[in-house]
Amino acid sequence: MTGNLPSTSENAIELRGLVKRYGTVTAVDGLDLAMRRGECFGLLGPNGAGKTTTVEILEGLNDPTAGEVTVLGRHWATDEAWLRGRLGISLQETHLQERLSVIESLRLFRSFYDHGQDVEALVKLVSLEDKRDTWYSKLSGGQKQRLAVACALVGDPELLFLDEPTTGLDPQSRRQLWDIVLGLRAEGRSVLLTTHYMDEAERLCDRVGVVDKGKLIALGTPKELIATLGGEQVIEFVTDRPLDEAPLAALPGVRAARHVADGWALTVNEVHVSIPALLQHLGRLGAPLHRLSTHHATLEDVFVSLTGRQLRE
Amino acid sequence: MSRPSSPNFSPLWQLTLARWRSFYREPSTIFWAFVFPIVLAFALGVAFRNRPPEPVWAAVLQGEGAPAVFGALERSGQVKVQVYDERGAHEALRTGKVALVVVPATATGPRTYQFDPTRPDSRLARAVVDDILQRAEGRVDPTKVADFKVDAPGSRYIDFLVPGLLGLNLMSSGMWGIGFVLVEMRTRKLIKRLLATPMKKRDFLFAFGAMRGLFLLGELPLLIGFTWLVFHVAVKGSLLLLLGCATLGSLTFAGLGLLTASRAQNTQTANGLINLVQMPMFLCSGVFFSSERFPEVLQPVIKALPLTALNDALRGIMIDGAGLAQVARPMAIVAAWGVGAFLIALKLFRWR
Ligand SMILES: Nc1ncnc2c1ncn2[C@@H]1O[C@H](COP(=O)(O)OP(=O)(O)O)[C@@H](O)[C@H]1O
Ligand SMILES: [Mg+2]
Repeated sequence: MTGNLPSTSENAIELRGLVKRYGTVTAVDGLDLAMRRGECFGLLGPNGAGKTTTVEILEGLNDPTAGEVTVLGRHWATDEAWLRGRLGISLQETHLQERLSVIESLRLFRSFYDHGQDVEALVKLVSLEDKRDTWYSKLSGGQKQRLAVACALVGDPELLFLDEPTTGLDPQSRRQLWDIVLGLRAEGRSVLLTTHYMDEAERLCDRVGVVDKGKLIALGTPKELIATLGGEQVIEFVTDRPLDEAPLAALPGVRAARHVADGWALTVNEVHVSIPALLQHLGRLGAPLHRLSTHHATLEDVFVSLTGRQLRE
Repeated sequence: MSRPSSPNFSPLWQLTLARWRSFYREPSTIFWAFVFPIVLAFALGVAFRNRPPEPVWAAVLQGEGAPAVFGALERSGQVKVQVYDERGAHEALRTGKVALVVVPATATGPRTYQFDPTRPDSRLARAVVDDILQRAEGRVDPTKVADFKVDAPGSRYIDFLVPGLLGLNLMSSGMWGIGFVLVEMRTRKLIKRLLATPMKKRDFLFAFGAMRGLFLLGELPLLIGFTWLVFHVAVKGSLLLLLGCATLGSLTFAGLGLLTASRAQNTQTANGLINLVQMPMFLCSGVFFSSERFPEVLQPVIKALPLTALNDALRGIMIDGAGLAQVARPMAIVAAWGVGAFLIALKLFRWR
């Protein structure tokens, strides 16, 4: 045993050929992934993509059907106790004890770790000073989630897992949690978070792995992923006329054209060049324009370009 | 950032505190655990208390012999007696105000008792009144008899009831306090969350055991003290043995609670399972009436139930002043259930 020296493996997480089946359902379908130490890594994907399953296998709370899992250079089968003391975990859904206060819950979790953070400092870190002595049952959703993050941090973890930390929260609560995660990232902690919000992944993560139907379909920094679209702007429009893809893609400044839900999305570099060309093209065809909008390309567009589906459906 | 030295940070202590706080901060559990058994003991104790014998109510018909009869009956102290005219007497008999009308003997007829023979209290009144009057008139009984009144503490219903209630409470608080709470924690993913820490499963389970101990230290003095104050229910045997026996029972039902909770995935299932386990013992294990009243063929089964054995041991200690040797057998049965349930539960328990 190496005592409490930090582990030396360069990657915080390595996954090779991870598969998890539940009967006939394949939740994770051959996932390869490496997460570096000190990075904030995001698993982005729609509901049912297999994010929670993957994370719980990494957390040693679920067993893989096949594949190799290395966490902090160790394996669950041989080093469970060693790993438990070094991981901080916030599950997708946990309800803490209803009638314990914030500080009591934190003291309880703190007692399980030999080394860890000061509980009062953690209360401050997650801005729950006002609620220090309030029962869990009386906290709002956002406050409960911040307490869950504090409980994950209480052992001063080398690697932190946050499974959908902001799902179901109001915008203000999401911002507060983002600030906490950004603070942790600035400290250089290794954080793996899952989300189905593309803005969250873009904002918080150094690198993002996009998962769909149990497979990793894209991997890179948010910038890199967006760059694969070939342009930084997206023009979306709707017309009731059937259109061909090739002439659209050939318009000046257009890098790619895709049919999306009820219309079309064009990835472009210069909106002011492409829009007049598009309008001319539609005019020639006599196709009436029902809607036209432009936005900066996001991970959502990446997901749509890879799967033809929206992230949230 | 260093090893916490304060005992405040002992995981066993913190887990026990968490259990204790969740317990006492829930008013309904306090009611069911502490208040309800006392209310039950009080209600049943009052309902079945030994009352002084009911007096016999009789009417004497106005007339020549009435004063002598009236005097004899009143002197006996056993009869509430009043003189009525004919109409009043029949009205009193009909409405049940009196059980018997005595028509004193006259020159033309013998003393007559008027009553409804289908009324037990009337038949009783006839026997008592005739007995008193015959003796007053000089009858001598051929055989001398003596009466012995049985109403001493230790032989009343309340004395039988209190150990049974104690056993019942140890069972239900153990089954609900462990079985139900664990399943609730499982459905709330709280067990999974705790497993994601370095917490030792041993500490987690010990905390539940410690909570049983704390509970017992509240429950035992409360129930025993209350019934002692109100009904003079005494503990004839050793208090220490009673505590030991109650602790054993408490742990055994903790084990059974753990077993019922070992697989259940939702609280409805747990609810059903707990009731399924408790109901036969609630009825057959001699809580409210003796288990001996069930048919002979069932006795071996009933005797083997943990609550029957626990109640037998508790009654032995409280009522008969039994020592360890006398209650060793039922206590062994209780212990066997506890150990068996605990070992099976550990094998089956669904931690994730
Ligand atoms: N315990 C389970 N039993 C059966 N199917 C499961 C179980 N857990 C997850 N699944 C299925 O596996 C797939 C992936 O689920 P999950 O990992 O929770 O996805 P995500 O976290 O990305 O929303 C889903 O289709 C889900 O229904
Ligand atoms: Mg999930």
